Amino acid sequence: MNSRLLIFTILLEAILIISCERITPRVPADDQILDGPIEGLTSAEKTRFLAGDVAFNDEIFTSETGLGSVFVATSCGSCHAGDGKGTLFTTLTRFGQSDDTGNKFLHLGGPQLQNRAIPGYTPESIPAGATFSRFTPPANTGLGFIEMVTDADILAMADPSDADKDGISGVPNYGDLPSFLNPLPNAVPKNGRYIHRFGKKAAAYSLLHQTVNAYSQDIGISSSFAPFDVYSGLEIDPEISTLTINNVVFYLQTLKAPIQRDQNDPQVKQGKQTFIELGCESCHKQTLKTGPSQIFALSNKTFHAYTDLLLHEMGGGLDDGYTEGSAKTSEWRTPPLWGLGLSPNSQGGQYFLMHDGRARSIEQAIEMHGGEATGSKNRFKQLAQSEQADLIKFLKSL
Amino acid sequence: MKKLLLLFMLTIFGPALYGQTDTSFFFTRVKQDSSKLKLNMDAVYNRPFLQMGKLPVSLGGYLEANSSYFSTDGISEGLSFQLPRLTMFMSASIRQRIKFMTEIEFEEGGREINIEFAALDLEFNPLFNLRGGVIMNPIGSFNQNHDGPKWEFVSRPISSTTIIPSTWSNVGFGLFGKYSKKNWVWAYEAYLSNGFDDKIINNNQNRTWFPASKANRERFEESFNGVPLKTLKMAIKHRKIAEIGVSWMGGVYNKFRDDGLVLDKKRPLNFIALDINSTILKDTYLNGEWVWAYVDVPDTYIQQFGSRQQGGFLDIVQPIKKGKMLGWSESVLNVALRLEYADYNVGNFQELGLRIADHVYALVPAISFRPSAQTVVRANYRYERRTDLLRNPASQTAGFQFGFSTYF
Ligand code: HEC
Ligand code: HEC
Repeated sequence: MNSRLLIFTILLEAILIISCERITPRVPADDQILDGPIEGLTSAEKTRFLAGDVAFNDEIFTSETGLGSVFVATSCGSCHAGDGKGTLFTTLTRFGQSDDTGNKFLHLGGPQLQNRAIPGYTPESIPAGATFSRFTPPANTGLGFIEMVTDADILAMADPSDADKDGISGVPNYGDLPSFLNPLPNAVPKNGRYIHRFGKKAAAYSLLHQTVNAYSQDIGISSSFAPFDVYSGLEIDPEISTLTINNVVFYLQTLKAPIQRDQNDPQVKQGKQTFIELGCESCHKQTLKTGPSQIFALSNKTFHAYTDLLLHEMGGGLDDGYTEGSAKTSEWRTPPLWGLGLSPNSQGGQYFLMHDGRARSIEQAIEMHGGEATGSKNRFKQLAQSEQADLIKFLKSL
Repeated sequence: MKKLLLLFMLTIFGPALYGQTDTSFFFTRVKQDSSKLKLNMDAVYNRPFLQMGKLPVSLGGYLEANSSYFSTDGISEGLSFQLPRLTMFMSASIRQRIKFMTEIEFEEGGREINIEFAALDLEFNPLFNLRGGVIMNPIGSFNQNHDGPKWEFVSRPISSTTIIPSTWSNVGFGLFGKYSKKNWVWAYEAYLSNGFDDKIINNNQNRTWFPASKANRERFEESFNGVPLKTLKMAIKHRKIAEIGVSWMGGVYNKFRDDGLVLDKKRPLNFIALDINSTILKDTYLNGEWVWAYVDVPDTYIQQFGSRQQGGFLDIVQPIKKGKMLGWSESVLNVALRLEYADYNVGNFQELGLRIADHVYALVPAISFRPSAQTVVRANYRYERRTDLLRNPASQTAGFQFGFSTYF
């Protein structure tokens, strides 16, 4: 190359590189996004976190890599965009169980409807006579903390016979452990069944349990934990490595908890007071703590998820006639409220709340509370407009 | 094997690199016939060639190299250097009115070697030529007219690489012809070729993705489903006004039968493209392309894989100084702007009734310096907004690209 051209090139390049840092987009503040690891991970743990992040968000399955033959979506990230809540579009349907005696439609494709199929296959439809419920994806943040709350702590919040007469009981969902799971050392089983905590009905024991089921039921990917084909039910080779599953579980365990914003705003402070006064906290427990964990950064930590991980009777309006584990059809697990203010960032700028996304705003969500929550719902309705606004502002700061 | 081929090409072309000046010991530059009106379809032959002595073979090629610094939502992978492509071409006049031309591209530092074009042209009449071999399907303008040194921008247009999967070439044959009168020229092309496969809806992009079919090398040996891809283009140009092209490419992408068994119905795909280029206000050059694509995606498949896509680009290039600069007598300094857009999923969610997003917009101001018509040094700032399917807050990417591209 001609030397003048070379000098010209180098000069221009130098100018550009120097100006780069300024004219490119800024990093969003940590409290504005859900993605990112918890604090205190070692370098090796960060590497595992990244490997899990890639598998969770970027690995799109195709028919060559095992998708389907029937499925609901092609990747975890398709439904859990930005690790946040999903919409009606990413909602999945479960059917076939109406009491605690188990699912009667397992032979007809239950419990989960795979409503999509790769070309050439027919997707499932809901069999006649089966009741069903739709579930919108929850956020995946801070789940590592939730996983490590001890059974003893959960039981301490339960009040099955409403001994304190506050109208709120709360029971854990007891379920059978699938053969690939080992109970935690401090588990407190009852009649050979264990306390489950993940999912809308708290029907998954751990993040591994949820992840294995998601690969199998949502994407149609068999693993060494669940080595069968969703379409035929036949045993097949694993379509994903055990290492990848473990990395994804690690990613979920170490995904940071949402960080509260505007904590010191007077309206937010007032709203928090109202939240407590209305009795919302009877179910949406502000503070929980973790027990010992193999991941040092998760051991013995307090956190603010606004849930008690228990099932509550929520009234006829929210009763779809479908259930899982030992839960009743009208019972739902208290969902964590952390991250609520960031939900629209993954729900296309809108809100889709409650188990099936039927509530299109926080106010609507509160108004749909029934059953054990009727009292606090009614107290909310009696609030002055400005008090309601404070409460909503508080919830949006979470 | 790839290394051997590269070595072979270098020994042939090596001397050509020294042939930069118009005459050298080995080579002479082939004089371009500038009296004729050139269209996008002429781009394959409308390139600087070098000829060795009186041999009937001409050689040429181009190289692109650049560096880039990008940041997406504040996170940058830092500065990187790329050699996106080194392309070599060779043409031979076998006999009067019989020509052969081939274009071989080494992409990403030689990791991929593609025969982008390798066709024999037989001219019976200017209105009636037969072309066969590896052809570039004439859809839009960019696919046929994609040489790096012709453009003021480092990146290729998004819609021309991700909706129309440029460079999209296939084995096939067909006809082309031209008719010209005074300042007007009219031309057509019509080809049958191998084409797409079901990778367009079965890929790891999680969206209908036409470039996924490029990974299928077997399309150079056999058709995926036995139905030829048809491509038709018509272009008209007035020397003082503009060139306008209308093109259509249509076929079937799925394997609807295998070994005599019927598996599915035939699922069509169609592209319609418009392209235009013109010089207005004395020396402002405009160049644009728009494409609509339609695919029959099974209803039982997921909506991430859309059945309609659309997109396009408009380049505006304004020379601001011409003449002697930095010692080159015929150099040009340009400012340029590209506006581009691609929507990968035009339609509504069945569950929500709301419009599906999954689109990208980009804005690229540029400065380019051409010491000669065959070489361009260019600096681009690129700002891109991508919105996901659900219309969540867009991710923003911005950064600089700097590089050169030159014929040799
Ligand atoms: C079709 C959409 C969809 C896909 C794909 C999907 N999920 Fe989910 N995910 C959901 C829904 C809906 C729920 C609530 C399910 C329930 O209540 O049982 C959920 C719940 C979860 C939970 C429990 C969260 C909580 O707070 O209890 C975890 C963890 C999870 N998913 C992880 C994954 C992983 C890992 C993948 C990929 C292997 C995945 N998901 C794929 C829709 C999806
Ligand atoms: C009896 C327990 C209980 C009480 C009391 C209660 N909630 Fe809930 N809350 C729930 C359950 C269970 C759900 C989930 C219902 C469903 O998914 O259909 C829920 C859902 C919500 C949601 C929607 C969350 C989401 O992610 O979809 C919000 C917001 C909420 N509650 C706020 C409140 C507020 C504010 C109060 C006080 C006025 C309150 N809740 C009182 C149990 C309770």
